[in-house]
Amino acid sequence: MLLKKTKQLENKVNNFLDIINDAGPFLVTGLDSYFNDDEEKFDNYLEKLIKLENKADGIRRNIETQLYEKTLIPEARADVLSLLEALDDIIDRISGVIREFNMEIPDIHPKYHKNYLLLSEYAQNAVDQIIRASRYFFNDPVEARHCLPKVYHWEEEADDISGELIRNVFRDPDIGRLSIKLHHRMFVDRIDRVADISEDIADKLSIFTIKRSI
Amino acid sequence: MILIYLSSGLFLGWSLGANDASNIFGTAVGTKMVRFKTAAIIASIFVIIGAVLSGTGASHTLGTLGSVNALGGAFMVALAAGMSVFWMTKMQIPVSTSQAIVGAIIGWNFFANMLTNYNSLIKIVFSWVISPVLAAIFSMLLYILVKKLLQYLSISIFRLDIFTRAGLIIVGAFGAYSLGANNIANVMGVFIPSSPFHTINLGFIRIGNTEILFFLGGIAIAVGIFTYSHKVMKTVGNQLVKLTPQSALIVVLAESLVLFLFASQTVHQWLVAHNLPAFPLVPISSSQLVVGGVIGIGLIQGGQHIKYRIVGKIITGWVTTPVLACLLTFISLFFLQNIFEMEVYHPVDYQFNPAVTKKLESKGIKIPQSADRLHFRNSRQVKQFVDTCNQISSDSIHTLLEYSRQDSIYIDPHKFPHFKDEVADWFKPGEIKALLELKNNRYTYKWRLREEYLKSLNISSQNTEFSHLGSKLDYIYQYFSLKEY
Repeated sequence: MLLKKTKQLENKVNNFLDIINDAGPFLVTGLDSYFNDDEEKFDNYLEKLIKLENKADGIRRNIETQLYEKTLIPEARADVLSLLEALDDIIDRISGVIREFNMEIPDIHPKYHKNYLLLSEYAQNAVDQIIRASRYFFNDPVEARHCLPKVYHWEEEADDISGELIRNVFRDPDIGRLSIKLHHRMFVDRIDRVADISEDIADKLSIFTIKRSI
Repeated sequence: MILIYLSSGLFLGWSLGANDASNIFGTAVGTKMVRFKTAAIIASIFVIIGAVLSGTGASHTLGTLGSVNALGGAFMVALAAGMSVFWMTKMQIPVSTSQAIVGAIIGWNFFANMLTNYNSLIKIVFSWVISPVLAAIFSMLLYILVKKLLQYLSISIFRLDIFTRAGLIIVGAFGAYSLGANNIANVMGVFIPSSPFHTINLGFIRIGNTEILFFLGGIAIAVGIFTYSHKVMKTVGNQLVKLTPQSALIVVLAESLVLFLFASQTVHQWLVAHNLPAFPLVPISSSQLVVGGVIGIGLIQGGQHIKYRIVGKIITGWVTTPVLACLLTFISLFFLQNIFEMEVYHPVDYQFNPAVTKKLESKGIKIPQSADRLHFRNSRQVKQFVDTCNQISSDSIHTLLEYSRQDSIYIDPHKFPHFKDEVADWFKPGEIKALLELKNNRYTYKWRLREEYLKSLNISSQNTEFSHLGSKLDYIYQYFSLKEY
C-alpha cells in the first residue's frame, strides 16, 4: 500500500520533469517559426506551451500537497519543494519568452536570426542537463553531481553568445534607433535567463546532493 | 509500604524512560520520521518485554558486585543513584544510571562491611570503556555497508524515506528491547535479594518474583517515556545527533546491537560454547553508546562530527558518577540507619568448620588448622584473615566466601504443598520429588543443600548438567530460608 503510493509519487515527479523537458525545444522551434513568419505554427507552439505550463503547475502543487499531508521526506522536503519550484520557473520563462515575442513583435534583422537560434539552443541544452541532474537527484545523488558541470558549460556558452549578440547589435549601423537596440537586448536577456535559471538550480542541486548523501 | 521502598527504583526507572528513550527514538521523532505516539507505544512495549524476558543476565553481574539484602538499603542505593544521575545531568554530563548504581552498591558494601567483588567491578568498568568503542566500530562498519548498498541499489528518495521509517521503527523496537534487557538491572537489580514478591502461577505461565520486579520497573520506564521523553526527544535528540535519518538509523542500530550483546544470555552462552571471547553481561549506558556511534560516523567522514568535549565528559563521568553515588549512598545510609532507625542491611556471617575446610580443600584452598571454627561477622573480616594468612591466595577469596557463608534454610514440610503448587509448571516432577526427600532437613550452608539436592537428583556437582538448575536452586534457597529479607 505504502509502496504503491510511493510509486504514484515517483511517477508524478517523473511526469513533471518530462513536461519541463518537453518545453525546452519550444524555445528553438518557436523562435524559428517566428523568424520564418509562420504564424500558425508559432501560435500552435504557444498554445501547447501554455498547456504544458498549466499542467506542470498542477502536478507541482499536487506533489507539494502530498509531501506535506503525508509528512514525507521531512529532512529533504524543503529542498525538493525548492527544486520543483525552481524547475517550474524554467517552463514559466520559456513560455514567457514565446508569449513576449507574440505580444511585442520585436523587429529582428535576419542577420541575427542564427545567433538568436544558437542562444536558444544553448539555453535548451542547459535545461536538458539540469533536468537530467534533477532526475538523478531523486535516485542517485552522486550521479547528479556529474551532470552539473555540463549545465555550467552551456550557461557560459549562452552568456558568450548573448554578449556577442548585444555587442553586435549596439555597433550595427543598420539599426539606427536606440529603441530597437534596447528591444534586442531585452529579448536576448530574456532567452539567456532560461540558462541562468538552470545555473541557479545547478547551484542548489550541488548543495542538495551533499545533504542527501548519508 | 513495599511501594514506598520500591519508589526510589521506580523513580530511577521513570528517569531512565524519560532520558534514554531519546537515544532510541530521539532522531526519528525529532525529524518527524516517526510520530511520538507511535514511538512511545513501541518503546514502552518492547522495553517491558526486554526487561521481563532478558533482564536477568545483566542483573546477575550487578548482584555479584554486591548483594543489597535489606529493602531499606536497596531503597537508599536506588535513591542515591537517582540523585547522582539528576545532579550529573544538571551538569550536562552524558551520565549513565549504570555508573551511578555501581557506585551506590559499592557505597552500600562499604557501609555494610561487605567485600566488593573486584573481579566483577573490573568487568563492569571494562564494559563502560569498551561499549562506546564497540558502538563506534559497529556504526563505521554499518555506515560503509549502507553507503555501498545505497550506491548499488539507487533507491529513490521517496522509497528510501519509507524504508528508513520502517527501519527506524524496527530498529527502535529492537533498541527498546535491548535497553529494557540491559538497563532494568540498574532500576530493579538492587531489590532482587530483598524482593518482597512471591512467584505468581497463572497456570499457563509462571511469573517469578524477579520478573514481577522487572515488570514494575518496565512499567516505570514506560511511564517515563510517555510523560517526559517527548520533551527530551525534541530537544536533546536532535542536538546530540545532527545526522541524516539514514545515519541516525545506523547509530541507533549500532547502539541496539551493543546493548543486546551486553544483555543477551543466549549470545553469551553461544560465544562461550565456541571458545570465543564473550561480552560480560553488564548494564551499560545508551547515551554513551549514541555518542560512540556518532563518533564512528564522524571518523569515517573525516572527523568533522567528533565532539571532543563530549568524549572528555564521558571519561570524566566514568570516575565522577560512581564516586559521587558511592559517597551519597554511604552518607544517606548512615542517616537512615542512625536517625530513622531503619535496617539497611542484614549482617552475613561466615564460619569455617571441618565440612567447609574439607570442601575448600577439594577446591584447592587449604585452610590452616588454627582457623577451624573461626567465626567472622562480615566478609571484610574474612578478607583480613586471608590477607594475614600466607597459605591462602587472595584470588580464592570469593570461593572462600561462597562456601563459608552462613545461612539458615529449613525444608519445612508445612510449606511444601504451597511450594509444589507454585512451581508445578516450572520444576519437573523428579525435581520436586528430590526436594521432598530432603524435608525436615536444616542447612547452615547453601552449598550443603545444593549438594544433597543434586545427590537426590543423581546429578554429580561436577556435571555441567546442573547449571540449568541455578535459578531453581536460588528459588529454593529463598523460599525455605529462615532469614527474613
